[in-house]
Amino acid sequence: MSAGTVELDDIQGLLRFGYKHQTQASFLLLQIKDREAARAWLASVPVTSAVTAVPSPDTALQLALSREGLQALGVADDIVNAFSPEFVSGLGSDASQSRRLGDVGASAPERWQWGAGQKVPHVLVMLYAQPGRLAAFQQAIEAQCANGFDTLVSLATSEMDGIEPFGFVDGISQPKLDWERTRAVRDQEQLAYSNLSCLGEYLLGYPNEYGGYTDRPLLDPQRDPQALLPRAEDLPAQADLGRNGSYLVLRQLRQDVPGFWQFVNAQAGGDAAARERLAAAMVGRTRQGEPVVASTQDINAFDYQADPHGMRCPLGAHVRRANPRNADLPSGEPGLVSWLKRTLGLDAQAREQDRVASTRFHRMLRRGRAYGAPVSIDRALSGAASSFDTGLHFICLGANLARQFEFVQSAWLASTRFDGLRNESDPLLGTREPAVDGSPTNEFSLPQPEGPAQRLSGLPQFVTVLGGAYFFLPGIRALRYLASARSQGSP
Amino acid sequence: MLVAPLAAGREASLRALLATMNVTPGTADPHNPIVPFAAIERLHYARLVLLDDALQVDLDMLGVPRPRLPTVLSFMGDCDGPAHEVLAELVQRAGEGLRSIFAHCEGFVADTDLLAWMQAHDRPIAASYVNWVGRTVRQIKEESALQRVLSATISRVAVNSGAQARALHAELRSFVNTEARAGRLVLTPDAPTPFMWRVAKLAHLLLVPLVGLLFLPILIVLSPLLIYLLRTRETTDPEICPRPQAKALGELQVLEDIDVSNQYTAIGAVKPGLFRRWLVSVLLVLINYACRHVFTCGFLARVQTIHFARWVFIDDKTRVIFTSNYDGSHQGYMDDFINKVAWGLNLVFSNGVGWPRTRWLILGGARIEQDFKRYQRRHQVPTQVWYKAYPGLSLHDLTRNQRIREGLENTQMSDAQTLAWLRLL
Repeated sequence: MSAGTVELDDIQGLLRFGYKHQTQASFLLLQIKDREAARAWLASVPVTSAVTAVPSPDTALQLALSREGLQALGVADDIVNAFSPEFVSGLGSDASQSRRLGDVGASAPERWQWGAGQKVPHVLVMLYAQPGRLAAFQQAIEAQCANGFDTLVSLATSEMDGIEPFGFVDGISQPKLDWERTRAVRDQEQLAYSNLSCLGEYLLGYPNEYGGYTDRPLLDPQRDPQALLPRAEDLPAQADLGRNGSYLVLRQLRQDVPGFWQFVNAQAGGDAAARERLAAAMVGRTRQGEPVVASTQDINAFDYQADPHGMRCPLGAHVRRANPRNADLPSGEPGLVSWLKRTLGLDAQAREQDRVASTRFHRMLRRGRAYGAPVSIDRALSGAASSFDTGLHFICLGANLARQFEFVQSAWLASTRFDGLRNESDPLLGTREPAVDGSPTNEFSLPQPEGPAQRLSGLPQFVTVLGGAYFFLPGIRALRYLASARSQGSP
Repeated sequence: MLVAPLAAGREASLRALLATMNVTPGTADPHNPIVPFAAIERLHYARLVLLDDALQVDLDMLGVPRPRLPTVLSFMGDCDGPAHEVLAELVQRAGEGLRSIFAHCEGFVADTDLLAWMQAHDRPIAASYVNWVGRTVRQIKEESALQRVLSATISRVAVNSGAQARALHAELRSFVNTEARAGRLVLTPDAPTPFMWRVAKLAHLLLVPLVGLLFLPILIVLSPLLIYLLRTRETTDPEICPRPQAKALGELQVLEDIDVSNQYTAIGAVKPGLFRRWLVSVLLVLINYACRHVFTCGFLARVQTIHFARWVFIDDKTRVIFTSNYDGSHQGYMDDFINKVAWGLNLVFSNGVGWPRTRWLILGGARIEQDFKRYQRRHQVPTQVWYKAYPGLSLHDLTRNQRIREGLENTQMSDAQTLAWLRLL
């Protein structure tokens, strides 16, 4: 295998496509009840690959496994333990992790509907279908898995036309994967923010932004005598179980749409235009997706360099926290002297903009889907919170759970000190639990050019985590290997 | 930093005793009866750590003999003013508790003179970093109180003119004066830097380059040899970066992310041989020099989130202890290290056994992300007891609060400066 090849036929389609034509989707969370039957099904289940299909397929199936799932299949312990530590320990089973991610209070795993305790899914089956095709497809798949699996939860999704339940266009900020592998494989400082991302940031077995290969299970070729698995690009003597696979995070986020709009409305004094402005400031985009920092033709091509103090887009706005869009080094004068000064931290102006840096190592490929019935703003303003059950089945893909999902969730979204802020966490996702020293976290600041920042306080919790799990989304050959008896043998 | 070997068979009981000092695992109760840290007003941070010799196993891979080293207790703190004064204060306020701790150490008996014993076990610091030299605990607490009062008081309306900004500033000044007179706010004026301290700093500023100049000709003559020695070692030194045990990782993580700041303690063996021993010694002198004269007000190169850090040699310079207090999560701290100052990390730590491969002393190394992350976690040691005098405050908070106070006391600000000051609130 030469460097430069990408085996699209071995990669699950979700890494390349959002399946937007397949507007219907359903996520089945399964537990294995009969190992042999489960393995037989996994050995032959039709998984849709990343090869472009024309026309777009009527249905698509994607499949991922949790650590518990690998163990239930009987995969050897040393293989399981060679996955990343975060995947091995899972989501929602460790209090240190919950604290770090902000899964506390109403979002604590003890309260989850699924994903903790006995309710950890083994297998995630994602079904996508063109309008009207889902019911029959799902029925057929469920019939196929009935022998091997129990259904823990079946997560329905709803078509909201690309708009998430609060009413904002979703999924705009996505990295662009370097499928052509045009980016040089080396560790090189990037002086401008770019959406183009090395494949290895999302796919195991390919070089990442550091020019290195992320840890994944590499097997002695004796454990793969039929060469079911690809060989590792960096270590060709080893079989690469990770190659063409990715980690997948699934979290069910319940959104309190009435709570959000009623709070914003009250802060805006009931004025519709002020309400829109404030909501847009909290999100960092208008409901139509326009970034509030600047109007641009391409709504995913901008950064915050011209707004270092957050006068136009608050520093704590949701999309600014989730993707601060900065380069490896703050910008400055051209020339070696300026570069050296900035690198050594001796440039005071650069330091001011250096609290958050190197966004390229902390990107996520998001593939979430909304659920529940859409709630119009008018209904949200008059309705009670409990009367609506809607939210997001958040899904993201990445090769490094710690550096991507967990970092963004903890150091950027949940942090009360992001970019020098205080007393606030993400305006949408924050749990509002007071800090350990008693200081509040339920504020939101809007820096003003004329005078002190405007500060909102008493933000309620708008989003509650109802469940979640980490999965491995294997390459298709790796899936067949995991389903075979070969993966069970000890070395 | 105090380092003392444990007496045989006393480790379990010491661990149990140290645990009673905590309010949550690893975080000290500031008023715990053993060492009531909060009573020592000049103490910023303190920690108690047990260090064993488990990682010495790496020497086997190098084929050098592995001396068995006793587990040691280390007690360290970061304080305002001379350390010996704070030690004396500790003995006075927590003498009994300290005795109960050190009674687990070799050679400590009932009639040991506590202060003399502590001084005898004090190890010289090879290099230390202080985020803002001269910022005292008292100042931090007073300025934090000031910030809270001002932020709660200020009317958050648009300011339309310079005159209005100045009026707002004057109003807040008189408000603070009233509060101060009523005793509700205290703003102690800066104590002058002691004369001898300034002399010592100046002497250090000049002496180190002078000595360097003295050796420069020799270094230039020897440079081809030194480069050869470095490069041959860099291409052959073994990398030892296995994944840390899940259990060990869990024991570290349970201590983290309680406060906005976290602690880090790590230990490692210096690569055997005189070359690495001398190289790391010289580099730590240079780093100490930079920390004392260049990086004194808010940043260590590009990193602005380290409160205090230090490197200490133990066991006849065969091992180094590194400790720091930093803001944010461990993952964020390490990513900052890799993305902002990997070169600086490589300078020192590449002289440690097993460090990911470097090139020319500053390239590679910590930039080999996965190896580096496994290495640093494997070398990290759980901190049994950790104390921070100002929980809830990050360095950004401290610096902002300092600027708020400076601006409040400054009556000569321009309109733009006054406006910028108002935005801090």
